Amino acid sequence: MTSTVAPPSIRHSRLGQIAVIRALFTVKGAIAGGWILALVLVAVFAPYLTSYGYDIQNLPNAFSPPDATHWLGTDEFGRDVLTRMMYGARTSLTVSSVAIGISVFIGMVLGAAAGYFGGRFDRAVTVVVDLTWSFPEILVALILVAIIGPGVTGTMAAIAVAYLAQFTRLTRAQIMAIKNETYVEAARSLGASHTHILFRHLIPNALAPVLVSAMLATGDAIILEATLGFFGLGAQPPTPSWGGMMSSGTALMFRAPWIIIIPGLAVAITVIAINLYGDALIRALDLRNRMREG
Amino acid sequence: MLLEVEKLSVGIARINPLSDISFGVDKGEILGLVGESGSGKSLTALAVTGLLPLIGGRVTAGSIRFDGTELVTQPEAALRKLRGKRIAFITQNPMTALDPVQRIGPQVDIMSRLHLGKSASDARARTVDILTQLRIPEAAAICEAYPHQLSGGMKQRIVIAMALAGEPDLIVADEPTTALDVTVQAQIIHILATLVRERGLALILITHDMGVVAQVCDKVAVLYAGRLAEARAVFPLFATPAHPYTHALVDCIPRANMAPGALSGIPGAVPSVARYPEGCRFHPRCPAAQDRCKTVVPAPMPYAADGMIACHHPLEGGPHG
Repeated sequence: MTSTVAPPSIRHSRLGQIAVIRALFTVKGAIAGGWILALVLVAVFAPYLTSYGYDIQNLPNAFSPPDATHWLGTDEFGRDVLTRMMYGARTSLTVSSVAIGISVFIGMVLGAAAGYFGGRFDRAVTVVVDLTWSFPEILVALILVAIIGPGVTGTMAAIAVAYLAQFTRLTRAQIMAIKNETYVEAARSLGASHTHILFRHLIPNALAPVLVSAMLATGDAIILEATLGFFGLGAQPPTPSWGGMMSSGTALMFRAPWIIIIPGLAVAITVIAINLYGDALIRALDLRNRMREG
Repeated sequence: MLLEVEKLSVGIARINPLSDISFGVDKGEILGLVGESGSGKSLTALAVTGLLPLIGGRVTAGSIRFDGTELVTQPEAALRKLRGKRIAFITQNPMTALDPVQRIGPQVDIMSRLHLGKSASDARARTVDILTQLRIPEAAAICEAYPHQLSGGMKQRIVIAMALAGEPDLIVADEPTTALDVTVQAQIIHILATLVRERGLALILITHDMGVVAQVCDKVAVLYAGRLAEARAVFPLFATPAHPYTHALVDCIPRANMAPGALSGIPGAVPSVARYPEGCRFHPRCPAAQDRCKTVVPAPMPYAADGMIACHHPLEGGPHG
């Protein structure tokens, strides 16, 4: 009798159940995840990894190509490009991940409430969200930065709002798909409140696709942050940002190409890594879905 | 009576899928609610638990009295306090009745924590205790499992454990065994019946399995197309079914001494809500239908000792052959 035998698979490692970690168990996932992890570590420990300051100018040494003392060369003020890249990673990663974090949080709450309760609230949310959805993210971000003003906070807010529609719509669709599942009805029939159902049952069940989408959006957000920085609307000098570095590099493209190529490469590799890791994450989560149905 | 449903009618949008339903169930009793698919069994369950708004329905007439309180007029907040604590509902499909991303333990724990105010560790101890009572082996280990790791019969027992954890007086079980295989079905029904006897619970068992009804129920209410056909104690109902529909249902039970091919069905199908016929809703399929049955709705009338029947031409008594 199958029903009386405890399944042997109950106690396996909790770590292996976390998709974010299991996604690292593939070649692509490991390389991509490794790059992201390394980048995060470099950003966090930047002051300990380099002896130069990101804003220390050394004019006689400007435009020095990559060599043993300045591994990635120096820029037009003689500042060490590697150092500025490390601190730039700080700006890039913080701005994009905080912005996406805020966006995901607000989007999930809005989308979940809209999907669960429906009615007028749902229609209002949908109309507003679809309105922002109909403009390209860059346009929404530019308008918002114009309103809020340039700088790190402005960029974060702009990126958060630009991606809000995506997470709201995704969460709403997820919630609508699962809100009529039997376990929701069962929870209701046993006395659960709306808040309990939303936060304990619906949002955890809708989390996986939103997580993946947030991961991929973080890649896009890095590009958006760099774009805003390139237009001079992001982090203001002397705070380095990859976009700002590329911007100053455009005028010197032929004289000192490394100034623009290096941050450009960093953006490209990071975005590709995030996408690859996102793919690995999708696969890791799918595996879980299949187990669930079995 | 712990629960008394009187002349209950339910409406969804402009249709009236349920009208004039009456039945009652007392502590220590099992009431079987039977009828074909689409006869309104599940709707009755939702009405009793106050969950009609979930499917956009509402009670249009009649009353549901639970332990002296009228439920129909209670606000949602008051109903929510009753649900799980005094009236528990066991949903139809155990395969999907558990949250797939939560471990078993917390899902059962929350019932004791919410309704009995237990601390986290007390609640878990209680969960393990209840699971053990339901003859789940290694209950503590099962608490750490996810629903997909359990078999159907196991999941159904977890669902029953959730219903029991709030120490309810009334359990409404909506086809608790339909998705399970036969041997597990028997176990689950046996567990439920034992609980009713031991704890003095009241149980409304919704099923279309007349065999289960005959085995464990004390009383039976037969629904047809959203109306009550017959409600009586289980023995007289099976021995001398008075409503032609009940008679036909009883005839549909396979028996061991039957000649091959002798098992009969009921010709036709339950009409859909939008196409309920005039008069007695069973008349197009009824062998005893007369002209009056086509125009006049038979009102539920007292029958025998404490029974009810809604038929113009009840079958006369006499042992059923």
